[in-house]
Amino acid sequence: MPEQPAIAATGLRKTYGSGARAVEVLRGVDLTVPPGTVHALLGPNGAGKTTAVRILATLTTADAGTAQVAGHDVRTERTAVRRAISLTGQFAAVDERQTGAENLRMMARLARHSRASARDRAHHLLERFELSHAADRLVATYSGGMRRRLDLAASLVGDPDVIFLDEPTTGLDPRSRRELWSVVRELAVQGTTVFLTTQYLEEADRLADRIGVLHTGRLVAEGTAQSLKSTVADHRLDLVLHDRADYLRLTPHAVHHAPDTLTLGIPTDGTARHVRALLDELDPDGTAVERFSLHTATLDDVFLALTGTPTPRPEPKEAAAHVR
Amino acid sequence: MSADALTLTGRSIRLSRRNIDALITAIALPVILLLVFVYFFGGAINTGTEYVTYVVPGVLLLCAGFGSANTAMAVTEDLKGGIIDRFRSMDIGGTAILTGHVLASTARNLAATSLVFALAFAIGFRPGASAAGWFAALGILIAYILAISWLAAAVGLIAKSPEAAGGFSFFVSFLPYPSPAFVPTDTMPSWLQGFAEHQPVAPVITSLRGLLLGESIGHTAWVALAWCAGIATVSILIAAALFSRRTD
Ligand SMILES: Nc1ncnc2c1ncn2[C@@H]1O[C@H](COP(=O)(O)OP(=O)(O)OP(=O)(O)O)[C@@H](O)[C@H]1O
Ligand SMILES: [Mg+2]
Repeated sequence: MPEQPAIAATGLRKTYGSGARAVEVLRGVDLTVPPGTVHALLGPNGAGKTTAVRILATLTTADAGTAQVAGHDVRTERTAVRRAISLTGQFAAVDERQTGAENLRMMARLARHSRASARDRAHHLLERFELSHAADRLVATYSGGMRRRLDLAASLVGDPDVIFLDEPTTGLDPRSRRELWSVVRELAVQGTTVFLTTQYLEEADRLADRIGVLHTGRLVAEGTAQSLKSTVADHRLDLVLHDRADYLRLTPHAVHHAPDTLTLGIPTDGTARHVRALLDELDPDGTAVERFSLHTATLDDVFLALTGTPTPRPEPKEAAAHVR
Repeated sequence: MSADALTLTGRSIRLSRRNIDALITAIALPVILLLVFVYFFGGAINTGTEYVTYVVPGVLLLCAGFGSANTAMAVTEDLKGGIIDRFRSMDIGGTAILTGHVLASTARNLAATSLVFALAFAIGFRPGASAAGWFAALGILIAYILAISWLAAAVGLIAKSPEAAGGFSFFVSFLPYPSPAFVPTDTMPSWLQGFAEHQPVAPVITSLRGLLLGESIGHTAWVALAWCAGIATVSILIAAALFSRRTD
C-alpha cells in the first residue's frame, strides 16, 4: 500500500464576499504532498496562497472540496489536524512586549509541555536559531530577520508532523534567507512535511521537491523544478542588441526582456543548429546582435510561459497586520 | 479553568506590565483620582460623612472603567496581529485567550484597588465594616470588575482598531458619574435622578458603601450582583459569537 500523503486536497474552492463584490480566490485546487517532502506553492500577490494555507491549517473553511492533513479531515477533525500541524503565517505572530525566551516558553506551555520541559525547549530553539544572545530582550528590539527566526522557532515547539510556512523569507536579507532555507531542509531530512508559499522562483527551485504554480486561484502547473522547466523550451538564448531600434524590432520574439541592457531572451532547444538558424533569421545582416549567451531556462521563463504575465517581482512588503 | 487560560493570563499580565498606558491606568490614575476627588471637590460636597469615606467606592469603579479601556485595546491588538491565528492553529480557543485578558485585567484592577485603599486609609478613610462586610464588599467589587472586563473584551472584538476600542471604553468610564458615586443623587436635576439611582453602577456603589460603613443595605447587594452577572453573561455570549465570526 502506498504511503498516505501528508496533505491531500481535491477541488478546493473559496469565494470571499457575495453578489457583485464576490472574489473567487480559489477555483478548484488539487494537492498531494507525500510525507517528509517540501512542497512549494508559488504565485504572485493575490494568487490565493494565504487562502490555501489557511484552509489547510483549519483556520478558514473552503466553500467546496475536501482536504486531509496528516490523515485527518480539515473540516470534521479540526482538533486532530491542529495537533499535527504548525503554522507560521505571513505576518509575524510573536508578542513584541515579551522577550524571545518568554514567547517560546509560552508557546511550549500551550503545546502541552511541562514547565521544565518548556524551558528546555525554548533554550534549545533559541540556540538553534542563533537567538541565544537576544533571548532576554523584548522582541520589539529585534530586527526583522530575528523576528522571523523566532516566529519559525515558535512553530517548532510542538514537533509538528506538517508545518505550514506562508512566505517565510519575504523581507529577509539574503543571508537570513539562506539560513532559513537550511532549517527547512533539515526539517525535511528529519521527516517533517513542509508546505511553504513563496513569490521567489529561486526559493521554490532551491527548496522544494515539488512546486505548484498558483495563478488567480488555479494551479497552472505542478511538478518538480526540472519537469516544470522542461514544459517550456529547455534553453534561452540571450541576445545583447546593437541599438534600441533592433531591440524594439525583435521584442515580439522574446520571452525575456531587459530594456536597460538591450537584452532579449529567445527560447531555443539549445542545439547548435537551432541557435545558428535563430541568429540567421533574426539578424540576417549580422549587425543587430552584438553578443549572445545561452542559458538553461529558469522558473522565470516557466512562469511567463504558463501565465502569460511576467514574473512577479517580490516587493518589500510591510509587515503590517492583516485585519480581517 | 484550563491550563491554557492560566498560561495566557501570565502572558497578558506580562504584556500589561510592559505597557506604559496600562501601568499608568493601574497605578498612577487611582492615586490621582482619589486625591483630586478628596482635596479638589471634597470640600464643596456635603455628604454627611467624611468625603473620603463616601467617595472610595466611586473611585474604585472609576478605576475599573478606565482599566477596561486597556483590556479592550489588548484584545483588539491581538486580533490585528497574527498571533490569534497561531493560537488557533494550536487548537487554543477564544475562551482561553479572552479569559487570559479578563483575568489579567482583574489583576490590574485589584492592584489599583489596593492602592486606593492604602492611600485612602492614609488620608482619613475610616470604614466600620466587619470582616464579613469586607469580604462581601470585595466579592461585589470583583464581580463588577469581571463584568466590566468581559464587556471590554466584547468591545475589543467589535472595535476594528485599538483607538476605537479605547473610545468605546470611555463610555464605561463615564458611567459612575451619573450615580451616587460622587455626590448624593438628590442634588441632581430630577430628570437625571431616576437614571442615576437605577443604572447598573448605582446598586454596586450603594452596597459597597453600605458594606464598608457597616450599614444595613437590604437586598441592594443582590441587585448589584444580578447586574454584574447579567452584564458578564451577555458579554461572554457576545464575545464568543464575535470571536468565531472575526476569526474565520
Ligand atoms: N478575508 C477576506 N475577505 C475578502 N477578500 C479576501 C480575504 N482574504 C483574502 N481575500 C482576497 O483574496 C485574494 C487572494 O488573497 P490571498 O491572501 O490568498 O493571496 P496571496 O497569494 O497570499 O497574496 P500575497 O502574496 O499578497 O500574500 C486577494 O484578492 C484578497 O484580496
Ligand atoms: Mg499571502
